[in-house]
Amino acid sequence: MYIIVVGAGKVGWNLARELLDKGHEVTLVESDRRRYLTVEQELEHNVSYGDASELWVLERAGIQRADMVIAVTGDDEDNMLICQVAKEKYLVDQIIARVNNPRNRRHFDLLGIKPSVSATDLILRLLEHEVPEYGLVHLLDLQEEQLEIIEMLLGQDSGVTGRRVGDLKMPEGSLLISVLREGKGFVPNADTVLQEGDEILAVLDPGKEEDLKTLFGPEGNGNGAGGG
Amino acid sequence: MFVLIVGCGRVGSSVARAMLREEHLVSCLDEDPESHARLEVGLEKSWEDLGGQFTVGAGLETEALEAAGIENADVFIASTDGDNTNIVIAQIAQRRYEVPTVIARVLDPLRAEWYQRQGLNTVCPTRVAIDMLEGAVRDASARGSSPDDAPAAA
Repeated sequence: MYIIVVGAGKVGWNLARELLDKGHEVTLVESDRRRYLTVEQELEHNVSYGDASELWVLERAGIQRADMVIAVTGDDEDNMLICQVAKEKYLVDQIIARVNNPRNRRHFDLLGIKPSVSATDLILRLLEHEVPEYGLVHLLDLQEEQLEIIEMLLGQDSGVTGRRVGDLKMPEGSLLISVLREGKGFVPNADTVLQEGDEILAVLDPGKEEDLKTLFGPEGNGNGAGGG
Repeated sequence: MFVLIVGCGRVGSSVARAMLREEHLVSCLDEDPESHARLEVGLEKSWEDLGGQFTVGAGLETEALEAAGIENADVFIASTDGDNTNIVIAQIAQRRYEVPTVIARVLDPLRAEWYQRQGLNTVCPTRVAIDMLEGAVRDASARGSSPDDAPAAA
Protein backbone atom coordinates (compact mmCIF):
# COMPACT_ATOMS: atom_id res chain seq x y z
CA MET A 1 0.00 0.00 0.00
CA TYR A 2 1.06 3.60 -0.51
CA ILE A 3 0.47 5.53 2.70
CA ILE A 4 0.96 9.25 3.38
CA VAL A 5 1.52 10.12 7.03
CA VAL A 6 1.25 13.80 7.94
CA GLY A 7 3.07 15.08 11.01
CA ALA A 8 6.49 13.74 12.04
CA GLY A 9 6.05 14.03 15.77
CA LYS A 10 6.55 10.98 17.98
CA VAL A 11 3.37 9.37 16.70
CA GLY A 12 3.99 10.05 13.02
CA TRP A 13 7.65 9.11 13.05
CA ASN A 14 7.08 5.80 14.81
CA LEU A 15 4.07 5.05 12.67
CA ALA A 16 6.05 5.68 9.48
CA ARG A 17 8.87 3.46 10.70
CA GLU A 18 6.45 0.62 11.55
CA LEU A 19 4.68 0.89 8.23
CA LEU A 20 7.99 0.83 6.34
CA ASP A 21 9.02 -2.25 8.32
CA LYS A 22 5.81 -3.94 7.25
CA GLY A 23 6.79 -3.32 3.65
CA HIS A 24 4.51 -0.41 2.81
CA GLU A 25 5.53 2.54 0.72
CA VAL A 26 5.39 5.61 2.97
CA THR A 27 5.79 9.35 2.65
CA LEU A 28 5.95 11.26 5.91
CA VAL A 29 5.16 14.97 5.52
CA GLU A 30 6.51 17.47 8.07
CA SER A 31 6.14 21.25 8.02
CA ASP A 32 8.78 22.16 10.58
CA ARG A 33 12.16 22.47 8.85
CA ARG A 34 14.27 21.43 11.84
CA ARG A 35 12.10 18.47 12.66
CA TYR A 36 12.15 17.45 9.02
CA LEU A 37 15.97 17.50 8.92
CA THR A 38 16.16 15.36 12.07
CA VAL A 39 13.74 12.76 10.80
CA GLU A 40 15.27 12.78 7.34
CA GLN A 41 18.56 11.49 8.71
CA GLU A 42 16.81 8.21 9.45
CA LEU A 43 13.99 7.95 6.96
CA GLU A 44 15.78 9.71 4.07
CA HIS A 45 13.66 10.02 0.92
CA ASN A 46 10.57 8.78 2.77
CA VAL A 47 10.20 12.20 4.39
CA SER A 48 8.95 15.26 2.59
CA TYR A 49 9.14 18.86 3.79
CA GLY A 50 6.07 21.08 3.53
CA ASP A 51 2.73 22.13 4.98
CA ALA A 52 0.29 19.39 4.03
CA SER A 53 -2.59 21.83 4.42
CA GLU A 54 -1.51 23.11 1.02
CA LEU A 55 -2.83 21.13 -1.89
CA TRP A 56 0.38 21.24 -3.93
CA VAL A 57 2.34 19.76 -1.04
CA LEU A 58 -0.05 16.82 -0.93
CA GLU A 59 0.14 16.49 -4.71
CA ARG A 60 3.92 16.52 -4.64
CA ALA A 61 3.74 13.73 -2.06
CA GLY A 62 1.72 11.75 -4.58
CA ILE A 63 -1.72 11.90 -3.00
CA GLN A 64 -3.36 11.01 -6.32
CA ARG A 65 -2.08 7.46 -6.00
CA ALA A 66 -2.23 7.14 -2.19
CA ASP A 67 -4.27 4.28 -0.73
CA MET A 68 -4.33 5.81 2.72
CA VAL A 69 -3.76 9.17 4.41
CA ILE A 70 -3.08 9.36 8.13
CA ALA A 71 -3.06 12.84 9.71
CA VAL A 72 -1.38 12.88 13.12
CA THR A 73 -0.20 16.46 13.56
CA GLY A 74 -0.69 18.20 16.89
CA ASP A 75 -3.30 20.47 15.36
CA ASP A 76 -6.88 19.23 15.08
CA GLU A 77 -7.92 21.69 12.36
CA ASP A 78 -4.99 20.56 10.21
CA ASN A 79 -5.84 16.89 10.74
CA MET A 80 -9.50 17.49 9.90
CA LEU A 81 -8.88 19.42 6.71
CA ILE A 82 -6.03 17.24 5.42
CA CYS A 83 -8.33 14.24 5.73
CA GLN A 84 -11.32 16.10 4.28
CA VAL A 85 -9.34 17.12 1.21
CA ALA A 86 -7.78 13.64 0.87
CA LYS A 87 -11.19 12.02 0.96
CA GLU A 88 -13.33 14.46 -1.00
CA LYS A 89 -10.89 16.00 -3.47
CA TYR A 90 -8.39 13.20 -4.09
CA LEU A 91 -10.81 10.34 -3.35
CA VAL A 92 -8.34 8.50 -1.11
CA ASP A 93 -9.96 5.24 0.06
CA GLN A 94 -8.84 5.25 3.67
CA ILE A 95 -8.26 8.15 6.01
CA ILE A 96 -7.36 8.15 9.69
CA ALA A 97 -7.21 11.31 11.76
CA ARG A 98 -5.76 11.93 15.16
CA VAL A 99 -7.88 13.91 17.61
CA ASN A 100 -5.70 15.90 20.01
CA ASN A 101 -8.48 17.51 22.01
CA PRO A 102 -11.36 15.05 22.60
CA ARG A 103 -13.76 17.99 22.68
CA ASN A 104 -13.11 18.39 18.96
CA ARG A 105 -14.26 14.88 18.12
CA ARG A 106 -17.77 16.08 17.26
CA HIS A 107 -16.23 18.39 14.65
CA PHE A 108 -14.44 15.45 13.05
CA ASP A 109 -17.75 13.59 12.98
CA LEU A 110 -19.54 16.61 11.54
CA LEU A 111 -17.06 16.79 8.67
CA GLY A 112 -17.31 13.05 8.10
CA ILE A 113 -13.72 12.36 9.18
CA LYS A 114 -13.81 8.72 10.27
CA PRO A 115 -12.17 6.97 11.92
CA SER A 116 -10.68 9.49 14.27
CA VAL A 117 -8.36 8.35 17.03
CA SER A 118 -7.84 10.12 20.31
CA ALA A 119 -5.20 8.95 22.75
CA THR A 120 -7.08 10.65 25.57
CA ASP A 121 -10.22 8.71 24.69
CA LEU A 122 -8.32 5.44 24.53
CA ILE A 123 -6.83 6.01 27.97
CA LEU A 124 -10.22 7.04 29.32
CA ARG A 125 -11.78 3.88 27.92
CA LEU A 126 -9.05 1.85 29.56
CA LEU A 127 -9.65 3.64 32.84
CA GLU A 128 -13.35 3.01 32.65
CA HIS A 129 -12.63 -0.61 31.93
CA GLU A 130 -10.34 -0.92 34.92
CA VAL A 131 -12.59 1.13 37.19
CA PRO A 132 -16.10 0.27 36.07
CA GLU A 133 -17.98 2.64 38.32
CA TYR A 134 -20.58 3.38 35.71
CA GLY A 135 -21.80 -0.19 35.52
CA LEU A 136 -21.85 -0.07 31.77
CA VAL A 137 -18.56 0.13 29.95
CA HIS A 138 -18.29 1.30 26.42
CA LEU A 139 -15.71 -1.02 24.92
CA LEU A 140 -15.72 -0.27 21.25
CA ASP A 141 -17.51 1.81 18.69
CA LEU A 142 -17.83 0.06 15.39
CA GLN A 143 -18.88 3.28 13.69
CA GLU A 144 -18.84 2.05 10.13
CA GLU A 145 -20.87 -0.98 11.06
CA GLN A 146 -23.19 1.11 13.22
CA LEU A 147 -22.62 -1.18 16.17
CA GLU A 148 -21.21 -0.90 19.65
CA ILE A 149 -19.89 -3.45 22.09
CA ILE A 150 -20.51 -2.83 25.75
CA GLU A 151 -19.73 -4.61 28.99
CA MET A 152 -21.86 -4.77 32.12
CA LEU A 153 -21.38 -6.27 35.54
CA LEU A 154 -24.42 -7.96 37.03
CA GLY A 155 -24.65 -6.77 40.63
CA GLN A 156 -26.68 -8.39 43.39
CA ASP A 157 -29.51 -6.00 42.67
CA SER A 158 -29.68 -6.92 38.99
CA GLY A 159 -33.13 -8.08 37.97
CA VAL A 160 -31.85 -10.79 35.66
CA THR A 161 -29.71 -12.94 37.95
CA GLY A 162 -31.06 -16.44 38.18
CA ARG A 163 -32.86 -16.14 34.88
CA ARG A 164 -32.36 -18.12 31.70
CA VAL A 165 -30.90 -16.17 28.79
CA GLY A 166 -33.64 -17.62 26.60
CA ASP A 167 -36.27 -15.94 28.81
CA LEU A 168 -34.79 -12.45 28.52
CA LYS A 169 -36.46 -10.02 26.23
CA MET A 170 -33.37 -8.48 24.71
CA PRO A 171 -34.03 -5.09 23.08
CA GLU A 172 -34.29 -5.29 19.34
CA GLY A 173 -30.91 -4.72 17.74
CA SER A 174 -28.91 -6.17 20.62
CA LEU A 175 -27.27 -9.52 21.20
CA LEU A 176 -25.61 -11.11 24.21
CA ILE A 177 -22.28 -12.35 22.90
CA SER A 178 -20.28 -13.43 25.90
CA VAL A 179 -20.42 -14.05 29.63
CA LEU A 180 -17.35 -13.74 31.84
CA ARG A 181 -17.71 -15.79 35.00
CA GLU A 182 -14.96 -16.45 37.56
CA GLY A 183 -12.27 -15.43 35.11
CA LYS A 184 -13.56 -17.54 32.23
CA GLY A 185 -15.47 -16.40 29.22
CA PHE A 186 -18.05 -18.40 27.33
CA VAL A 187 -20.73 -17.88 24.77
CA PRO A 188 -24.12 -18.18 26.44
CA ASN A 189 -26.96 -20.23 25.00
CA ALA A 190 -30.64 -20.05 25.78
CA ASP A 191 -30.24 -22.33 28.82
CA THR A 192 -27.43 -20.33 30.41
CA VAL A 193 -28.59 -19.03 33.79
CA LEU A 194 -27.12 -15.63 34.65
CA GLN A 195 -25.47 -15.22 38.05
CA GLU A 196 -24.52 -12.35 40.28
CA GLY A 197 -20.99 -11.23 39.41
CA ASP A 198 -21.26 -12.22 35.75
CA GLU A 199 -19.80 -9.75 33.33
CA ILE A 200 -21.72 -9.75 30.12
CA LEU A 201 -20.67 -8.48 26.74
CA ALA A 202 -23.31 -7.36 24.30
CA VAL A 203 -23.21 -6.01 20.79
CA LEU A 204 -25.92 -3.49 19.98
CA ASP A 205 -27.12 -0.73 17.73
CA PRO A 206 -25.95 2.69 18.93
CA GLY A 207 -28.47 4.30 21.23
CA LYS A 208 -29.68 1.02 22.78
CA GLU A 209 -27.46 1.30 25.84
CA GLU A 210 -30.23 2.71 28.01
CA ASP A 211 -32.62 -0.11 27.09
CA LEU A 212 -29.99 -2.64 27.95
CA LYS A 213 -29.12 -0.88 31.19
CA THR A 214 -32.77 -0.98 32.19
CA LEU A 215 -33.04 -4.64 31.36
CA PHE A 216 -29.96 -5.71 33.29
CA GLY A 217 -30.00 -3.05 36.01
CA PRO A 218 -31.65 -3.01 39.42
CA GLU A 219 -35.15 -2.31 38.16
CA GLY A 220 -34.79 -4.73 35.31
CA ASN A 221 -37.14 -7.67 35.25
CA GLY A 222 -35.71 -9.32 32.18
CA ASN A 223 -38.67 -8.17 30.14
CA GLY A 224 -37.11 -5.21 28.43
CA ALA A 225 -37.64 -1.48 28.71
CA GLY A 226 -41.31 -0.61 28.77
CA GLY A 227 -42.05 -4.24 28.14
CA GLY A 228 -45.00 -4.43 30.54
CA MET B 1 -29.69 41.19 10.50
CA PHE B 2 -27.54 39.48 13.10
CA VAL B 3 -23.91 39.20 12.02
CA LEU B 4 -21.42 37.01 13.90
CA ILE B 5 -17.75 37.64 13.20
CA VAL B 6 -15.12 35.22 14.48
CA GLY B 7 -11.61 36.67 14.44
CA CYS B 8 -11.41 40.31 15.26
CA GLY B 9 -8.19 41.36 13.56
CA ARG B 10 -7.88 44.21 11.06
CA VAL B 11 -10.34 42.65 8.66
CA GLY B 12 -12.86 41.34 11.19
CA SER B 13 -12.95 44.54 13.25
CA SER B 14 -13.40 46.79 10.19
CA VAL B 15 -16.24 44.69 8.88
CA ALA B 16 -17.77 44.64 12.36
CA ARG B 17 -17.70 48.45 12.66
CA ALA B 18 -19.12 48.93 9.18
CA MET B 19 -21.98 46.52 9.83
CA LEU B 20 -22.77 48.13 13.17
CA ARG B 21 -22.82 51.53 11.45
CA GLU B 22 -25.31 50.09 8.97
CA GLU B 23 -27.48 49.24 12.00
CA HIS B 24 -27.08 45.49 12.01
CA LEU B 25 -26.71 43.52 15.21
CA VAL B 26 -23.05 42.61 15.42
CA SER B 27 -21.33 40.08 17.67
CA CYS B 28 -17.58 39.42 17.66
CA LEU B 29 -15.72 36.41 19.00
CA ASP B 30 -11.95 36.41 19.51
CA GLU B 31 -9.48 34.47 21.63
CA ASP B 32 -7.60 37.61 22.53
CA PRO B 33 -9.35 40.00 24.97
CA GLU B 34 -7.08 42.79 23.65
CA SER B 35 -8.75 42.66 20.26
CA HIS B 36 -11.69 44.45 21.84
CA ALA B 37 -9.58 47.64 21.75
CA ARG B 38 -9.13 47.26 17.99
CA LEU B 39 -12.91 47.22 17.59
CA GLU B 40 -13.20 50.62 19.21
CA VAL B 41 -10.62 52.37 17.03
CA GLY B 42 -12.21 55.57 15.75
CA LEU B 43 -15.45 55.04 17.67
CA GLU B 44 -16.79 57.87 19.81
CA LYS B 45 -18.38 55.50 22.35
CA SER B 46 -17.60 52.02 23.62
CA TRP B 47 -18.43 49.06 21.39
CA GLU B 48 -21.06 47.86 23.86
CA ASP B 49 -22.63 51.31 24.21
CA LEU B 50 -23.12 51.33 20.48
CA GLY B 51 -24.95 48.01 20.73
CA GLY B 52 -22.12 45.66 19.79
CA GLN B 53 -21.42 42.35 21.48
CA PHE B 54 -17.96 40.96 22.21
CA THR B 55 -17.11 37.48 23.50
CA VAL B 56 -13.69 36.09 24.39
CA GLY B 57 -13.24 32.50 23.27
CA ALA B 58 -12.01 30.11 20.60
CA GLY B 59 -14.02 29.62 17.43
CA LEU B 60 -13.67 25.86 17.69
CA GLU B 61 -15.42 25.79 21.07
CA THR B 62 -19.13 25.33 20.51
CA GLU B 63 -19.81 26.88 23.94
CA ALA B 64 -18.06 30.07 22.84
CA LEU B 65 -19.89 30.12 19.51
CA GLU B 66 -23.18 29.70 21.31
CA ALA B 67 -22.34 32.41 23.86
CA ALA B 68 -21.62 34.70 20.92
CA GLY B 69 -25.09 33.90 19.57
CA ILE B 70 -24.43 31.59 16.62
CA GLU B 71 -27.86 30.00 16.96
CA ASN B 72 -29.48 33.28 15.96
CA ALA B 73 -26.94 34.41 13.38
CA ASP B 74 -28.07 35.33 9.88
CA VAL B 75 -24.52 35.85 8.68
CA PHE B 76 -21.36 34.12 9.89
CA ILE B 77 -17.92 35.47 8.97
CA ALA B 78 -14.79 33.43 9.72
CA SER B 79 -11.90 35.88 9.67
CA THR B 80 -9.29 34.57 12.09
CA ASP B 81 -5.65 34.62 11.00
CA GLY B 82 -5.70 30.88 10.29
CA ASP B 83 -7.05 29.39 7.08
CA ASN B 84 -7.62 26.02 8.67
CA THR B 85 -9.52 27.45 11.59
CA ASN B 86 -11.68 29.53 9.24
CA ILE B 87 -12.53 26.59 7.00
CA VAL B 88 -13.39 24.35 9.93
CA ILE B 89 -15.53 26.83 11.86
CA ALA B 90 -17.30 27.98 8.70
CA GLN B 91 -18.32 24.38 8.03
CA ILE B 92 -19.47 24.05 11.64
CA ALA B 93 -21.63 27.17 11.21
CA GLN B 94 -22.99 25.80 7.95
CA ARG B 95 -23.65 22.20 8.94
CA ARG B 96 -24.31 22.21 12.68
CA TYR B 97 -25.96 25.58 13.11
CA GLU B 98 -27.34 26.01 9.60
CA VAL B 99 -26.49 29.70 9.46
CA PRO B 100 -28.02 30.96 6.18
CA THR B 101 -24.98 32.92 4.99
CA VAL B 102 -21.49 31.74 5.84
CA ILE B 103 -18.29 33.34 4.55
CA ALA B 104 -14.73 32.20 5.25
CA ARG B 105 -11.57 34.16 4.64
CA VAL B 106 -9.04 31.79 3.09
CA LEU B 107 -5.59 33.09 2.13
CA ASP B 108 -4.56 29.99 0.17
CA PRO B 109 -6.01 30.54 -3.34
CA LEU B 110 -6.06 26.84 -4.28
CA ARG B 111 -8.07 25.81 -1.28
CA ALA B 112 -10.29 28.89 -1.44
CA GLU B 113 -11.23 27.87 -4.94
CA TRP B 114 -11.81 24.22 -4.11
CA TYR B 115 -13.95 24.90 -1.03
CA GLN B 116 -15.91 27.49 -3.01
CA ARG B 117 -16.76 24.74 -5.49
CA GLN B 118 -17.81 22.51 -2.60
CA GLY B 119 -20.42 25.08 -1.60
CA LEU B 120 -18.53 27.06 1.03
CA ASN B 121 -18.45 30.78 0.33
CA THR B 122 -14.81 31.87 0.50
CA VAL B 123 -13.12 35.23 0.16
CA CYS B 124 -9.46 35.06 -0.86
CA PRO B 125 -7.48 38.27 -0.26
CA THR B 126 -4.44 36.65 -1.91
CA ARG B 127 -6.41 36.02 -5.09
CA VAL B 128 -7.56 39.65 -5.07
CA ALA B 129 -3.95 40.85 -4.69
CA ILE B 130 -2.74 38.54 -7.47
CA ASP B 131 -5.46 39.70 -9.84
CA MET B 132 -4.79 43.38 -9.07
CA LEU B 133 -1.03 43.04 -9.49
CA GLU B 134 -1.40 41.11 -12.74
CA GLY B 135 -3.85 43.72 -13.98
CA ALA B 136 -1.53 46.57 -13.04
CA VAL B 137 1.37 44.98 -14.92
CA ARG B 138 -0.81 44.30 -17.97
CA ASP B 139 -2.03 47.91 -17.94
CA ALA B 140 1.51 49.20 -17.73
CA SER B 141 2.62 46.92 -20.50
CA ALA B 142 -0.31 47.91 -22.73
CA ARG B 143 0.59 51.56 -22.19
CA GLY B 144 4.36 51.25 -22.42
CA SER B 145 5.13 48.59 -24.97
CA SER B 146 3.73 50.17 -28.10
CA PRO B 147 6.52 50.28 -30.70
CA ASP B 148 6.85 54.06 -30.81
CA ASP B 149 7.70 54.53 -27.15
CA ALA B 150 9.62 51.31 -26.55
CA PRO B 151 13.07 51.98 -25.18
CA ALA B 152 15.63 52.19 -27.93
CA ALA B 153 17.29 48.78 -27.95
CA ALA B 154 19.99 49.72 -30.32
